[in-house]
Amino acid sequence: MRPAPALAAALLGALIGLGGVTFGYAKGLSYMSTDPRACVNCHIMRPQYEAWQRSGHHAVAGCADCHLPSTFPEKYIAKARNGWLHSRAFTTQDFPEPIRITPPNAAILQDSCLDCHDALVHDLSGTQGAPTCVHCHADVGHGEPLGLGGPIHADSLPETP
Amino acid sequence: MSPQRNWPYLALAGALAVAVAAVAYLLVDVASHRAEERTPFVRVVEVTEDTTDPAEWGKNWPKQYDLYKLTAEKTSTRYGGHGGSEAMPAEKIERDPWLKRMFLGYAFSIDYRDRRGHAYMLADQEATERLSKPQTGSCLHCHASVMPLYRQLGDGDVNAGFEKSYTLPYAEASKLLHESGHAHPVSCVDCHDPETMNLRVTRPGFVQGIQALAESDAPVVAAPSIARWRAGDRAQPYDPNTDATRTEMRSYVCGQCHVEYYCSTKQKLTFPWSEGLAVEDLERHWDQTTFPDGERFYDYLHKETGAPILKAQHPEFELWSQGVHARSGVSCADCHMPYARDGASKISDHWVRSPLLNVNRACHTCHQFDEAEILARVARIQDTNHELMQQAADALMDQLDAVVAAKAAGASAEQLAPALELQRQAQWRLDFIAAENSMGFHAPQEAARILGEAANLARQGQVAALTWDNPLAAQVAAPAKAATPTP
Repeated sequence: MRPAPALAAALLGALIGLGGVTFGYAKGLSYMSTDPRACVNCHIMRPQYEAWQRSGHHAVAGCADCHLPSTFPEKYIAKARNGWLHSRAFTTQDFPEPIRITPPNAAILQDSCLDCHDALVHDLSGTQGAPTCVHCHADVGHGEPLGLGGPIHADSLPETP
Repeated sequence: MSPQRNWPYLALAGALAVAVAAVAYLLVDVASHRAEERTPFVRVVEVTEDTTDPAEWGKNWPKQYDLYKLTAEKTSTRYGGHGGSEAMPAEKIERDPWLKRMFLGYAFSIDYRDRRGHAYMLADQEATERLSKPQTGSCLHCHASVMPLYRQLGDGDVNAGFEKSYTLPYAEASKLLHESGHAHPVSCVDCHDPETMNLRVTRPGFVQGIQALAESDAPVVAAPSIARWRAGDRAQPYDPNTDATRTEMRSYVCGQCHVEYYCSTKQKLTFPWSEGLAVEDLERHWDQTTFPDGERFYDYLHKETGAPILKAQHPEFELWSQGVHARSGVSCADCHMPYARDGASKISDHWVRSPLLNVNRACHTCHQFDEAEILARVARIQDTNHELMQQAADALMDQLDAVVAAKAAGASAEQLAPALELQRQAQWRLDFIAAENSMGFHAPQEAARILGEAANLARQGQVAALTWDNPLAAQVAAPAKAATPTP
């Protein structure tokens, strides 16, 4: 074989091999699932993940249920877009904190609320300029922001027999 | 083969080489973040109860140590960075001249400087010219990593050493501290268990104070573990290190020092919490206290009037406990040492400072307004508090004028006793807010209530002084007790 094509072929092999290892090591396949644990692969979202476990919605909705569209192909477009943005942000360690939802993702979130609750709030949600659901119900997904699960009050303690 | 046919392959090879390098970088990056998360620190040196040098701890916990060292940075805000009862810079005294008159008879005017961060607490104390007057060894409770010295003084018993320390002159205690090699400012070991790194309180003054609070029946909104302990069998005294929640500990460690206390030569260092944490609870504790020689408790006698004055220290912990943040379960550290991220690890910011210098981490976690709006809200609260303080101070100055005039006209100490008692009460309240380091922010409405009472009491005292020789007027204006609702 001639040297130049051989070099290109060798490097292509290296790319496939190293890429495969990296993909496996970084749990790349988990991103194809809807398992909420995939969302804490990169460590940043751990407070949000832990807070979700203590929230009212954890029994009925995981990360993907609220944060991704339920329709095809929008779901995969959102996955690809967020996947690229998140991995770029985490690898370069360059992003504003505390993390806040971006406008496109906030729109997805609002649609997800309506996926389940539309029948109840249809008269409200159709209004022009209506606030989003989480504007008031800020704690449904991740509990109260404070201390990952909200404050503990003396008067909310169980009665001691 | 001609070179013309080789270049596409070489270009492809070049691009692939870059891609392979990028993937290799990503692999290493993922692996390092994973390691970072799994192993938040590596213990390269042993630290023990006697390791008071923060640099030693810094070898194991470099991220926290690097932030701690930043407490040496000079910072200031509109009302802070130089405030504090005994650390007022000349400009503040000039702006609020009533402070100086209020403190006549107290040693603070010998020397006062800009306050600096945690890193300087010991050096600054050793340099202050207030040491030209005899001071007590009690001061080291909060200015040095003092636990080994307490063990040394008490032959291994911390409490015995603590009880002894107030009898030592400051110079002698300081000499012992330096000889034992523990002359460090408050350090890692004072808030962290060297084995587990768990938060813990070490200061006997705090432990005795919080136990007295637990044994009272005062409301403890900010300390649910005390309510739980009270409801239990009380077989053991309340122990913050085992009974308190993590959130409470994030305030307790600060409450070891940022509080009201007695720290002088007549009795041991005392946190006045046996009646509760509100301003009148503390006042009641002091009013019920007598010195070992039987004399009534006071901090100094006012030079102009002779009133036995209570000097408020810096009751941040107490005022915070009366506010909405405490009620919502927000601890000191949540705002003053908010969580920060370093790569994949989460650390709390050990550069303890004003949240106004760190709005993004300190406030934005809960409050979703832009930074300018948050700063404007705080400014509104603090400006209002400052204005209220001036009103109360005006009333107090007028009262002092009235007492001085009455004395000059021949009023006896006995005839002026009601006025002097009111001065003590008014000044305690005004000083409580003036000395507290948040310009009212830690509990704005509570601060306003206290300042309202201060003005009312001072005006009553003014009337009492002006009517000392007029029985009819005195009867009409009989001084009422402070209008304090029981919480």
